[in-house]
Amino acid sequence: MASKPRTLYEKIWDAHVIERRDDGTSLIFIDRHLVHEVTSPQAFEALRLNGRKVRRPELTLAVPDHNLPTTARLDAAGKRIPIADLESAQQLEALEHNAPEFGVRYFGATAREQGIVHVVGPEQGFSLPGTTIVCGDSHTAAHGGVGALAFGIGTSEVEHVLATQTLLLKQSRTMEVRVEGDLGPGITSKDLILHIIGVIGTAGGTGYVIEYRGKVFEEMSVEGRLTVCNMSIEGGARAGLIAPDDTTFAYLKGRPFSPKGAEWDQAVAYWRTLKTDEGAVFDKSVVINAADIEPTVTWGTSPEDTVAIGGVVPDPSSFADPSKQKAAQASLDYMGLAPGQRMDEVEVQNVFIGSCTNSRIEDLRAAAAVLKGRHKASNVKWAIVVPGSGLVKEQAEAEGLDKVFIGAGLEWREPGCSACLGMNPDKVPPGERCASTSNRNFVGRQGPGARTHLVSPAMAAAAAVTGKLTDVRELV
Amino acid sequence: MEAVREVSGRAIPFGRKNIDTDLIIPARWLKTVSREGLGRGAFEAVREDPNNIFDKPEFARAPIIVAGDNFGCGSSREHAAWALLDMGVKAVIAPSFSDIFSGNAFKNGILTVVLPQEQVDRLLEVAETDPVTIDLEHQTVTTPFQDRFTFEIDPFRKHCLVNGLDEVGLTLARDAAIAEYEARLEAEKPWLARGTGLAA
Repeated sequence: MASKPRTLYEKIWDAHVIERRDDGTSLIFIDRHLVHEVTSPQAFEALRLNGRKVRRPELTLAVPDHNLPTTARLDAAGKRIPIADLESAQQLEALEHNAPEFGVRYFGATAREQGIVHVVGPEQGFSLPGTTIVCGDSHTAAHGGVGALAFGIGTSEVEHVLATQTLLLKQSRTMEVRVEGDLGPGITSKDLILHIIGVIGTAGGTGYVIEYRGKVFEEMSVEGRLTVCNMSIEGGARAGLIAPDDTTFAYLKGRPFSPKGAEWDQAVAYWRTLKTDEGAVFDKSVVINAADIEPTVTWGTSPEDTVAIGGVVPDPSSFADPSKQKAAQASLDYMGLAPGQRMDEVEVQNVFIGSCTNSRIEDLRAAAAVLKGRHKASNVKWAIVVPGSGLVKEQAEAEGLDKVFIGAGLEWREPGCSACLGMNPDKVPPGERCASTSNRNFVGRQGPGARTHLVSPAMAAAAAVTGKLTDVRELV
Repeated sequence: MEAVREVSGRAIPFGRKNIDTDLIIPARWLKTVSREGLGRGAFEAVREDPNNIFDKPEFARAPIIVAGDNFGCGSSREHAAWALLDMGVKAVIAPSFSDIFSGNAFKNGILTVVLPQEQVDRLLEVAETDPVTIDLEHQTVTTPFQDRFTFEIDPFRKHCLVNGLDEVGLTLARDAAIAEYEARLEAEKPWLARGTGLAA
């Protein structure tokens, strides 16, 4: 078929259209569905009330992550420690019952495979290139890091996918974020994506699917790509994509749910076709110069409020848009910062290393490399490291990273979403600051009144050591 | 789902931009297995201020919110839509919405009306004192002062909202087409169709 050149997104989209409708929507097949305890109870309940079944249980994987405490889950005798918060316990219990009732594979709270859905999916080989992946969580965009079209959905859509294995969607527009050149030494995938969001703004990607292109991404590990795609939603884009390549295939080979034997070869042959054709046109294109990127931090309460660590808090009047001026002033009031204040003089009392953005083994290695042989500053009252999954935790312990963290005065926790959104007991106290490797610095996100500064794992480790936001390059 | 043809009444003028779903309903309220009762947690951080707009008596059970750009950004939590419904909101008017939120709103019969910033600014002004009417069938927003703004809406969404149709039921009726796609997938990409290998 001599067709017109297509983008990667268009190729994946076309392969999943069941039928196109006259009104411009299409019925799309969903290959993989991840389910967690917070956005699924009402969906299962609706199925039950309507006498509906899960159409393809083998295409759904359930794992609790959002409100599990990250403290020990088993006592000395190996017995489950009950969750103190009754509502959290009830949500967990609902998933524990719903998964077997509807025939869905479930990694429970004490399974070694348990973890944050967006860490578990790729790690288990459940998330594969060219697939459509959904989950009742906006950071599903992460799985674009293995070349999947992955996006967050609401609970009604969770119900729709469970019952039909499809979604009714309108095709998105395409946006290319092309990064030219190389990142400087010590600049990570997190600095890169924070910088990109700062450039395009939190609504810049609304209605678009982003494809990240350029040598930087080709040379990036799968972990780094997952971090970049994860935060696409912070730029307003429901999904972000990076074309799968040999790095992706090497990462996925041999994982529990990855294809095996002859089917692996068949899969890889297909995956190699998943790249944007020469001459394909994007609806929008943004070009970023990699050399411009410094270790990046946020100063406000929107992920677009980014600045280089060597920079200062901006003056609200410096923004052209009057509504942005107002928003910036409100952010500074909430954050307790003044225009012109140097970012590298902002003291932090808390450090959080974890979340679906930055809790994979590479993230923990980066943080440990900074913390090795050092200790957290005395003004840092609370510093926790929360691995993204039980398997990440095992790997980190095998490498001795847990000892580095504990030796530096940080706490080493059980896997889960934790202080990224403070649904479990891990919260930042009101009025205190946190250098956080998570993805959102919204008002009250890490706890009522909490002040969040988004940073990379290495930068969070540096902040733990000095007690203030710090250019990690000064420590290495 | 209940059919929606018109939403009329007081509109809460809350013109901030980037109103995220964490602000609409903070995470601590998500620990529920029900869709109801979330109105109590809606805009909790804003309502800490005793003079906040949401608790002014004239806006009690107001069916409309007028807001700034990028309403509903952030987390995919449908609880945001449920919280709005529970506080009596049936429509939000803004210059733009996040994709996920507008989908969630639609699935719960909440209208998301996109109007240009100048018209939103006018409505923010009117809403301080007077009611606003959204007519879905004619796709207009009107005020008692002869303002008449027209808006676009996806025809499929309009059809579902006006007729109160359940999307899951509609899609289940397409079973033959889905089954045909699945058969082709199984033949062409068997490795993809296996998933966790835990078939029913």
